[in-house]
Amino acid sequence: MTATLFAEQTLNGLQFGVMLFLMAAGLTLIFGIMDVINLAHGSLYMAGAFVGGTVTARTGSFLLGVVAGAAAGALIALLLELTVIRRLYRRDHLDQVLATYALILTFNEGVKVIWGPAPIFLAAPEMLSGTVEILPGVPYPAYRLAVICAGVAAALFLGWLIGRTRTGMLIRAGTTHRETVQALGVDVGVLFALVFAIGGALAGLAGVMAGPVLAVQVGMGEQILILAFVVIVVGGLGSVKGAMAGALLVGLADTWARAFLPVLLRGLLPPSSADQVAANLGSVAVYLLMAVVLAVRPQGLFPRHA
Amino acid sequence: MRERLAAAIGLCLLVAAPFVLEAMDEAFLLSVLTRMLAYALAAAALDLVLGYGGMVSFGHGAFLGTGAYVAGVLLHHRSDGSALVAWPVRIGGTAEALIAWPAAALVSGLLAAAIGAISLRTRGVHFIMITLAFAQMVFFLVLALPQYGGTDGLMVPGRNVLAGASLEGDAPLYWVALALLVAFLAFGRSTMAARFGLALRGARMNERRALALGVPVYRLRLAAFTLSGAVAGLAGAVLANQSSFVSPDLLSWQRSGELMVMVILGGQGTLFGPVLGAIALLAAEEELAAITEHWMLILGPALLLVVLFFRGGLWPLIAGKRGDG
Repeated sequence: MTATLFAEQTLNGLQFGVMLFLMAAGLTLIFGIMDVINLAHGSLYMAGAFVGGTVTARTGSFLLGVVAGAAAGALIALLLELTVIRRLYRRDHLDQVLATYALILTFNEGVKVIWGPAPIFLAAPEMLSGTVEILPGVPYPAYRLAVICAGVAAALFLGWLIGRTRTGMLIRAGTTHRETVQALGVDVGVLFALVFAIGGALAGLAGVMAGPVLAVQVGMGEQILILAFVVIVVGGLGSVKGAMAGALLVGLADTWARAFLPVLLRGLLPPSSADQVAANLGSVAVYLLMAVVLAVRPQGLFPRHA
Repeated sequence: MRERLAAAIGLCLLVAAPFVLEAMDEAFLLSVLTRMLAYALAAAALDLVLGYGGMVSFGHGAFLGTGAYVAGVLLHHRSDGSALVAWPVRIGGTAEALIAWPAAALVSGLLAAAIGAISLRTRGVHFIMITLAFAQMVFFLVLALPQYGGTDGLMVPGRNVLAGASLEGDAPLYWVALALLVAFLAFGRSTMAARFGLALRGARMNERRALALGVPVYRLRLAAFTLSGAVAGLAGAVLANQSSFVSPDLLSWQRSGELMVMVILGGQGTLFGPVLGAIALLAAEEELAAITEHWMLILGPALLLVVLFFRGGLWPLIAGKRGDG
């Protein structure tokens, strides 16, 4: 274990954290403004990956694939908001969970019907397929660096949108004083649909970008959805800043644990089982992190009404 | 009155089922029914928390699966004679249900107590996400045990014996599962009508008022959550016997979601409803799977419509009154 490995894994952790942020930001905005818990957010991520992958394969342009993936996420989110989610605003969280659970089942099976049960292949673009020397003598995949940059750009854009524009002002006002915003004559129906579409676009974007790093397959959405929940719990519900902090913490914790546990366990266990044990124990690390944060600060690191 | 009648008729149907199936020469379906009863027990256990307590637990699959693994692991060690714990005292496996099943309930109950103690510090959406996340943690912990099959699951050699009597064959296990279910329903209904249940329901309806009246809301909820987890673990032990196989899939979020669907489909806060919901959902799955490979494409939208437009559940339709949940 060397400084090189550590630097590599830290960058991997940042890259994963950035993806988690794109997922968690949408989820937390939707919850903050509409008080809706949307399990189907992972399906938007999956849809983005599959549509993006298909478009990339057909056109040969990864950039078009990214645009298509984000657009697919936004469109499906909009469609969902208009047909299903809109009916759930006045329902309790239990109904929201069940309805969006039913949506997951539907989407997962729908993807199996369209694309088949096998994972599809999504290659990194030619231009980014090489490596970049991050430190002297330490190559790092260019694609992963690009993902970090794209994620940071998306986060900055989101920060600008929410912090500096009129729409963002309404979104912020909507999270804290929904009734007042309504009473001032803002069409909250449009606002809600817009927030949903933004969340969908971010999830779709995360899905396409994850494609070349992780596998594009049915069920990919739920794995990241549950981790995005952990991010939100750690960061504080309804807060974009919290989502950012939580995403980086969870991304780094998960990546470090998966990378360094095998090294530690190889000394203790027979090598045949050490890797499997370590891989799964590594997955446990983020949940322990969540438990610790909850024990100390039940409302998360950046609670909305602090 | 009507509800009691409906419950009595339901019980009669379940008692008659083995004989009817035998007469119809379809005895193999009894094993399917046993599986339904095990899920019914888990769903009824979840109803204590979800319906009566208003705690939306998205993690009950973890308790169901843990119970199944405890029973499976004890049988596994019993069959190859190896030790479960080698030090400081040697503990081997066992096939005796009177030891293995309470052990399953105990381990699941302890797990529920630990998860509940942290999760119950939060409310609402937080609680949903945290129970889901902890269940996922248990899932990965079990996958990290290669000696018990890891991702492949654990083949369970043989079945438990009950006080020395064999549970081999479909009928004995069915009767045991039915007896456990009936016992839990009777216990649950009376507990929910007693002070414990009244306080639990009161805390769900108005927590501040319950606190002002001196109800120890947190401890009460933790007790209900622990009891519910323990009973779900017991259901898991039955399931391990029924299928002779324990899959990590039992611990997955899908299983937790399915249990919630059973409760809501049947009618929350009724205990009888979730039983009906479990039977209805599993029957629908079997029927749909026979029609098309992509049966989820039918079940998913159907569930969505049920949640959106058919509130209250099946049991209140039959019993003529809404649940206490």
